[in-house]
Amino acid sequence: MSTLQVSLYRYNPETDSAPYMEEFQVDTQGRDLMVLDVLHLVKEQDNGLAYRRSCREGVCGSDGMNMNGKNGLACITPLSDVVKKGKLTLRPLPGLPVIRDLVVDMGLFYQQYERIQPYLQNDTPAPAIERLQSPEDRDKLDGLYECILCACCSTSCPSFWWNPDKFVGPAGLLQAYRFLADSRDEATRERLEDLQDPFSVFRCRGIMNCVAVCPKGLNPTRAIGKIREMLLANAT
Amino acid sequence: MVTNITNFGRSGLSDWLVQRVSAVILALYTLFIVGYLLVHPGLDYATWSGLFGQTWMRIFSLLAFVSLSAHAWVGLWTVTTDYLKPTGIRVAVQTVIILAIFVFLVWGIQVLWGA
Repeated sequence: MSTLQVSLYRYNPETDSAPYMEEFQVDTQGRDLMVLDVLHLVKEQDNGLAYRRSCREGVCGSDGMNMNGKNGLACITPLSDVVKKGKLTLRPLPGLPVIRDLVVDMGLFYQQYERIQPYLQNDTPAPAIERLQSPEDRDKLDGLYECILCACCSTSCPSFWWNPDKFVGPAGLLQAYRFLADSRDEATRERLEDLQDPFSVFRCRGIMNCVAVCPKGLNPTRAIGKIREMLLANAT
Repeated sequence: MVTNITNFGRSGLSDWLVQRVSAVILALYTLFIVGYLLVHPGLDYATWSGLFGQTWMRIFSLLAFVSLSAHAWVGLWTVTTDYLKPTGIRVAVQTVIILAIFVFLVWGIQVLWGA
């Protein structure tokens, strides 16, 4: 029997006056489980534990959490990647209000996503079949459209922690650039005008926490650099 | 768009550009001063005063002072908006910072031009 010590962030606003850490012993039977599997084993011990999960294969983005200090998706993070000295500490995504245990309120995150208008804007009459793109133009969207909005990046960003109401955050900015870079989108100028204030884009200090944690291997810092280049080209 | 009235350039883009250009100017000025001190080990007042008496050095120094003022304004404004959440305290600190930068700038110009 191989025992893993799991330290869990617990908070139930109906009964607890403050959050606390609770210790669990989990028998992994020597297997290199995913962190999500360990949570299932903990839930067998305490049915009151709350966390989000859905597809359990890194596609839906529901189970973003902080594992031994680093954000990631519990379902595709093996214990061998995160466990140090036989101990696993799980906390909710930092910087967002906790609803219960590992479940956070994603409201601010979605508000910033909504703000960048994440949809194609094109007022010319649609052609009979579809709006075509050259293969080169299509290639510009690679590394941008794959985001699953798990919020691992934005909640590891100190700039987003301090100003989540004003700074769009890495996830939102990656999507902002996805539409700025789209050859079919006609709202480029309006989109750029909405981003030139001191907070929305420029609160990024380029520390690249977002790149370090993205479970899909995307690079929001690079996209933010591209937005800066477009803003500069548009305004000089 | 998020609006702001106490930052340096009214726009994040201009603040960002000012921050980078002023950083380059300050780096060049620092390298020059350090280099000058290294090649003049027994520096006396006449040499030092003669350096600052030349027009190009006055232009370079004034450029560095203005860059330092802008750089400090942009940087400290950012720090206050990150860490000071109550509006009254933040506006008060920002005002003190901007006034202090103004005082130091005029004082610096006076040192440069005065003697």
